Amino acid sequence: MTSDRLLSSPSQTVGPFLSIGMTWSDGEQVVPEGSPDACWIHGRLLDGVGEPVPDGVVETWQADQNGEFAHAQSRLGSGSGSFGGFGRSLSGPDGQYGVRTVKPGSVSDGAGGLQAPHLDVSVFARGLLHRVVMRIYFGDEEQANATDPVLSALPDDAARSTLIAAVDGDGGYALDIRLQGAHETVFFTV
Amino acid sequence: MSKPGTALPQYRHDPDDTHPALLSPDYRSTRLRAPLRTPVDLPQRLTEVTGPVLGDGLVQPEDADLTRGYAGEPAGQRIIVSGRLLDGNGNSIPQSLVEIWQANAAGRYRHDRDNWPAPLDPNFDGMGRTLTDGDGRYSFTTVKPGAYPWKNHHNAWRPAHIHFSVFGRSFTQRLVTQMYFPDDPLFGQDPIFNAAPAAARERMISTFSLEGTRPDWALAFTFDIVLRGSDPTPFEEGDS
Ligand SMILES: [Fe+3]
Repeated sequence: MTSDRLLSSPSQTVGPFLSIGMTWSDGEQVVPEGSPDACWIHGRLLDGVGEPVPDGVVETWQADQNGEFAHAQSRLGSGSGSFGGFGRSLSGPDGQYGVRTVKPGSVSDGAGGLQAPHLDVSVFARGLLHRVVMRIYFGDEEQANATDPVLSALPDDAARSTLIAAVDGDGGYALDIRLQGAHETVFFTV
Repeated sequence: MSKPGTALPQYRHDPDDTHPALLSPDYRSTRLRAPLRTPVDLPQRLTEVTGPVLGDGLVQPEDADLTRGYAGEPAGQRIIVSGRLLDGNGNSIPQSLVEIWQANAAGRYRHDRDNWPAPLDPNFDGMGRTLTDGDGRYSFTTVKPGAYPWKNHHNAWRPAHIHFSVFGRSFTQRLVTQMYFPDDPLFGQDPIFNAAPAAARERMISTFSLEGTRPDWALAFTFDIVLRGSDPTPFEEGDS
């Protein structure tokens, strides 16, 4: 029924004043303070010459610790519990972003195997006419990362390293997002 | 978690003439911010075809009326902006978060870094939120935003617009766009509007609606937003 199909609305930039519409009081808190196993995932959003991007948004979407999604269509996820799985962090003056969350469990790869723990990430900013999409993996999941189908499909370790957050020594994970340049983050089309 | 082997919905990719190119040099800020490497195709698995349930505690009914919440009425032309949130199959997307932000009637944003000499409006903050209803409909009451200058090129002006952020049902459908007004004389010189492929630009322009006006109160514009549709799966058939 191709003739019934509607054409998608085009994307536009969030512009420089996105904080007016996109600020949530607890946007960075995927889990509340004091939750068991809570950790911060953080880093900087950087442009093509390594300058911070202070007017961006990093949104994260992930499964819970059991690998289940709190999804609207319950048959695709657990649809229950207090874990929402969604985070939103507006970048600060030095490009800093961060969400407090828990490391997700492994998620089915749809072919009988598992994907390594990961977050799906959307990045918006002034100067980005469309969101860019990446994933965040975890540096202390070496075994799971080694067999992850998405990481395995990347050409080399340099590419993989742009998606793997390092243990930060403070119970959290750190990963800079580089929109452009020699160490440009691997971005995806979904 | 879905059962192993359960077919997941697969969202169709948009045709090439849908979205702006990330590197659109006439919009100067794209030059150092647009990724330059070819993006990698990410197959749609569970993470991509699921999405958050947003709204509880985030949206109050009064958030859809930007003319309320202060001591007085904001200056400017009062308007009602309404429409439907749809997917590419023509299905409405109910109970889904819609966020908007905009300049005031003079073209000034209530933001630290907007300091061009147009007046702030003490009765207007330019922020609105709502959830679509059971038929995917939304409605905001606001004032028509003014055009505003920016530094992109000599004598650059943004056409009047309202920023829209929508989620749909899945990570794949997430979209931020801008709604424009009919017949704006500033379209021709705006590199952000024109970054969208020519055939797609009109889909960002709202329609004046005489039926939607409220007599002795407000003009009205309609603006439907279409997110990517998914191909039917056996999975979806019994899921309603
Ligand atoms: Fe704007």
